[in-house]
Amino acid sequence: MNWVLNNLPLIGERTLDHLAIAVPAIILSFLLSVPIGWVANRYSASNSALLWLSGSLLAVSGLLYAIPSLPLFLALPAIIGTGLRDPINVVIGLTLYGIALMVRATADALASVDPNVQQSANAMGFSGWSRFWKVELPLAGPVLLAGIRVVSVSTVSLTTVGAVLGIKSLGLLFTDGLQRNIPGEIYAGIVLTILIAVVLDAILVLCGRLLMPWRHAAAAPKPQVPIEREVNA
Amino acid sequence: MNLIIDAIAWILDSAHYGGPNGIGARLFEHLWISVLSLLIAGAIAIPVGFFIGHTGKGKAAAVLVSGGVRALPTLGLISILGLSIGIGVQAPIIAFVVLAIPSMLAGAYAGFEAIDRRIVDSARSVGMTEWQIVGRVELPLGLPLLIGGIRSATLQVIATATLAAYISGGGLGSFIFLGLRTNDYTQMLAGSILVIALAIAFEGAFSVLQRLVVPAGVRAGQRTNVRSGSSRSVAAAE
Amino acid sequence: MFTAAKGRLAWSAVAVGAVVALAGCASGDPLDEGTSTDEEGAAAPLVVSSQAYYSNEIIAEIYSQALEAGGYEVDRQFQIGQREVYLPELEAGNIDVFPEYIGSLLQALDPEAAGGTADEVFADLQEALSEGLTALEPADASDQNSWTVTQEFADKYDLTDVASLANVTEPLIVGGNSELATRPYGPDALKSQYGVPIAEVKSIEDSGGPLTVKALVDNDIQLANIYTADPNIKANSLVALDDPDGIFFPDNVVTVVSDKVDAGAQEILDEVNAALSADDLVSLNSESVNDQKSADVIAEAWLTEKGLI
Repeated sequence: MNWVLNNLPLIGERTLDHLAIAVPAIILSFLLSVPIGWVANRYSASNSALLWLSGSLLAVSGLLYAIPSLPLFLALPAIIGTGLRDPINVVIGLTLYGIALMVRATADALASVDPNVQQSANAMGFSGWSRFWKVELPLAGPVLLAGIRVVSVSTVSLTTVGAVLGIKSLGLLFTDGLQRNIPGEIYAGIVLTILIAVVLDAILVLCGRLLMPWRHAAAAPKPQVPIEREVNA
Repeated sequence: MNLIIDAIAWILDSAHYGGPNGIGARLFEHLWISVLSLLIAGAIAIPVGFFIGHTGKGKAAAVLVSGGVRALPTLGLISILGLSIGIGVQAPIIAFVVLAIPSMLAGAYAGFEAIDRRIVDSARSVGMTEWQIVGRVELPLGLPLLIGGIRSATLQVIATATLAAYISGGGLGSFIFLGLRTNDYTQMLAGSILVIALAIAFEGAFSVLQRLVVPAGVRAGQRTNVRSGSSRSVAAAE
Repeated sequence: MFTAAKGRLAWSAVAVGAVVALAGCASGDPLDEGTSTDEEGAAAPLVVSSQAYYSNEIIAEIYSQALEAGGYEVDRQFQIGQREVYLPELEAGNIDVFPEYIGSLLQALDPEAAGGTADEVFADLQEALSEGLTALEPADASDQNSWTVTQEFADKYDLTDVASLANVTEPLIVGGNSELATRPYGPDALKSQYGVPIAEVKSIEDSGGPLTVKALVDNDIQLANIYTADPNIKANSLVALDDPDGIFFPDNVVTVVSDKVDAGAQEILDEVNAALSADDLVSLNSESVNDQKSADVIAEAWLTEKGLI
């Protein structure tokens, strides 16, 4: 514990480094998954070619998660030309994992929108684009939020792997603590990683409440019938 | 592309199959470590998940703990455990059990929660005991989502079991670390491909399983969903 | 109903945030800034880097503080990772000062290299280094591979040097990095050159770190590859076997510098290396591991003690 108290600035710096990698990856995962998930969902019940597209999008994206993280981070520079020590390399790798988790959730979320609602929207004259933004996306919101919460936690955890490449994150506390046999340092890394995940999760829940206020209104208990009725009757 | 072709050639090279460091041995190690971890995690998480789903109690705690545990970096956990337990498979197995529990827990209670309460009430009203309800009503109905949770946990464990090699636990990760240390990208890629192939095999098996375990009566009433298996399980469970 | 205005505002905030975050990341290739010469006459800071190895970081920190005391501006980029990660950067000229070890670096650059004495290895290394990189005079301090056993094991079989491992009658379990199996001084050499009975080779990826030490102490392995400057050797009464035949390359500390390091800076580094003895390195490491001090504290104390700053 002494080590922790003596090295608070280092811990703080590593935490910021960690956030600088994890947060963009989470945001990117979400932004990229929505169109991909939409395509996968849109063509999930159509003719064979597009069905194949949708099925394979889901399959491939799901399997991205199986790629062991370290080889992926090492292989990406060769494939897309980022620098090996460039944090962008890790961000892209993390985004791929995020997409792997999120595409299926997005497709499920969009599929869960009641087709009757979609038809009503069409009947009211919504174009496809505005129907997506104003009807489907908001209704799919809760499941999307659940998906992105999982992505956020997973990304925060996976960011630590970059430490093996020297990319600064809380993972460096693991490798350094392990080398020097300072359990306090490793524990600090673990605790802070969990803490960041919990805080980001709370922020996401907060965003969910701000963006989707109707969830609360629906969940609130219905007001009691006023007693005046009885009197009038 | 060349690298991938080289890697596949490496895998197909029969010289790499024999002996304690061969593909066969490492594949076997990877499998039994993963399966053992999943079994232990299941033994812990599934009963707890059923309890939460059936009684409705403790869900908030479960979600919080799951979320926190999911954030645990496995390499950090293996390091800490390794420092106290030593090298070998014990520390990795514990770490993988911890890794697998959140998904299985979520699958278990989500499966139960998704069941219409009226069905459970009807079961109670015809006189079934609580245990009978769990066994004959909730379990069959909740099975698809439970399998979805197990599937998700399996994928994570198989991908992460590569880390067992870090402290001499064996498994396909040995090829990855050895390739990394000796700049032998072919071997590293080969190891990765083997892990991915293993994951694909399990994914395929689970997707078939998920469709098969849906009780016939339920299947009749469902609209045909051509997507392979639902993992709304984990997402919706949060 | 989804309040369109509020929702759009929120989404655009997210989008803006994403762009800002990405921009922050994109401009963040740390190496480029270090190597560009800003204006005429104003020297760009020297980039000093280290491996992802606490001992190496201490040495790099010592170099950094000595250079700063000599009036140079230093850009510290420590903990870069293993050789496969930083060597390309070094060769590309993105790093100016790097503490290395002559034998290991030589083998990384030239896998076919023959070993020899420290001077021979240093000469080979100077030849093997690419254009634009120079190796300064090595220090006395070395951090090299060794075959290490516990005191009890050494007493049991009367072990003093590597050759005496032939005395061992029970099959040994050997532990070390996974690359050990491929090295010319690895378990195969022990078997063929000295007839040491080896039962199994366990790969422990912490490069002779605490996991390896613990495995040795717990008797999970009987023979470990541990680096000689590791304070755990003394702390756990381990015995690093002598290597008179030189199966391990000598690994003296050497500074690899780029063209941007001028004569004055090289002189400062040479002074530091001349003052760095083998015992010094062990006690520096011990301060880090046992006293848990951080690299800058250790470096400053040592430099002050040696009168270099």
